[in-house]
Amino acid sequence: MHSFGYRLNGLLTFAVTILALMCAITSLSDNFNTPSPSAEIKIININWFQKQPQGHDEVSLMMNVSADLQSLFTWNTKQVFIFVAAEYGTPKNSLNQVSLWDAIIPAKENAKFWIHTSNKYRFVDQGNNLRGKKFNLTMHWHVMPKTGKMFADKIVLTGYSLPEEYR
Amino acid sequence: MGWIEENMKFTNVRKILSQAISLGMVVSLALMMWKGLTCITGSQSPVVVVLSGSMEPGFQRGDILFLYINKNPIRTGQIVVFNDGRDIPIVHRVIEVHEHEDTKEVDILTKGDANEDDDRMLYASNHDWLQQKYIMGRAVGFLPYVGWFTIIMSEKPILKYILVGGLGLLVLTSKE
Repeated sequence: MHSFGYRLNGLLTFAVTILALMCAITSLSDNFNTPSPSAEIKIININWFQKQPQGHDEVSLMMNVSADLQSLFTWNTKQVFIFVAAEYGTPKNSLNQVSLWDAIIPAKENAKFWIHTSNKYRFVDQGNNLRGKKFNLTMHWHVMPKTGKMFADKIVLTGYSLPEEYR
Repeated sequence: MGWIEENMKFTNVRKILSQAISLGMVVSLALMMWKGLTCITGSQSPVVVVLSGSMEPGFQRGDILFLYINKNPIRTGQIVVFNDGRDIPIVHRVIEVHEHEDTKEVDILTKGDANEDDDRMLYASNHDWLQQKYIMGRAVGFLPYVGWFTIIMSEKPILKYILVGGLGLLVLTSKE
């Protein structure tokens, strides 16, 4: 009953159980955080707006993205992944979501920022429905913890539209 | 003297049988828990190990992910595990979604956070888009480092045999 093997087994089982419990409690502590993030996106310029050789519309734009996401960080946060997506509907597709730009925020200090950028990923439609199209820009964030449950949410900004003609 | 020896043989057989039954119960319990987890999370493999570094720095090689899937449609930003006929499933983030008006089917494009390009090159043969049916689950929770055990087991199979052999030996030689 008191051999080395039994003691080691008991110790290891206890250690693993406590570790699992600590991870669970750490994750639960994230629920007490009530975030209040804010974001603003402004489209500065449409660089070009063409119909590609295969027939799909593509647009390239410059935007100013500013956000304050510091309230999302807790002691259990490893990083926050954010991205800006354009959301719109067409006759063929009830919903299209195209990610335009993303970034990884590794720490709370970097969570309040302003950036002037063109779209990192190509804004291509399945078809040519983009002329004069009204769309929403959504700022999504995905909180990746050091351990446990991941949280994601978004802010929807409405009122953007594309030019009527190609340029 | 004869029937004393026979009785002792009986007790030995019973001891071995009861040990075999305890072993069987432990295995069945583990299996039941795994199957139960499969039912609750709705995914064929409710827990996966991250094998590549394509989602760094968020997910490192050796982390494990908890998956969950329901009928909610796939939307951008979700981290999904998909397998469209490959050896091993891939864990990447959805960056584009096109939902068809008529069929309500979705065309999906994914990309690893640390990759330069999207996954179009990886999709099977002539597919430009991924379909919801190839998605095994959405990642909802995460534990660091725990998956290294599985990686070591699969990359150095000799360790697997040593472990199983050792466990078997322990069961057979235990005195209770």
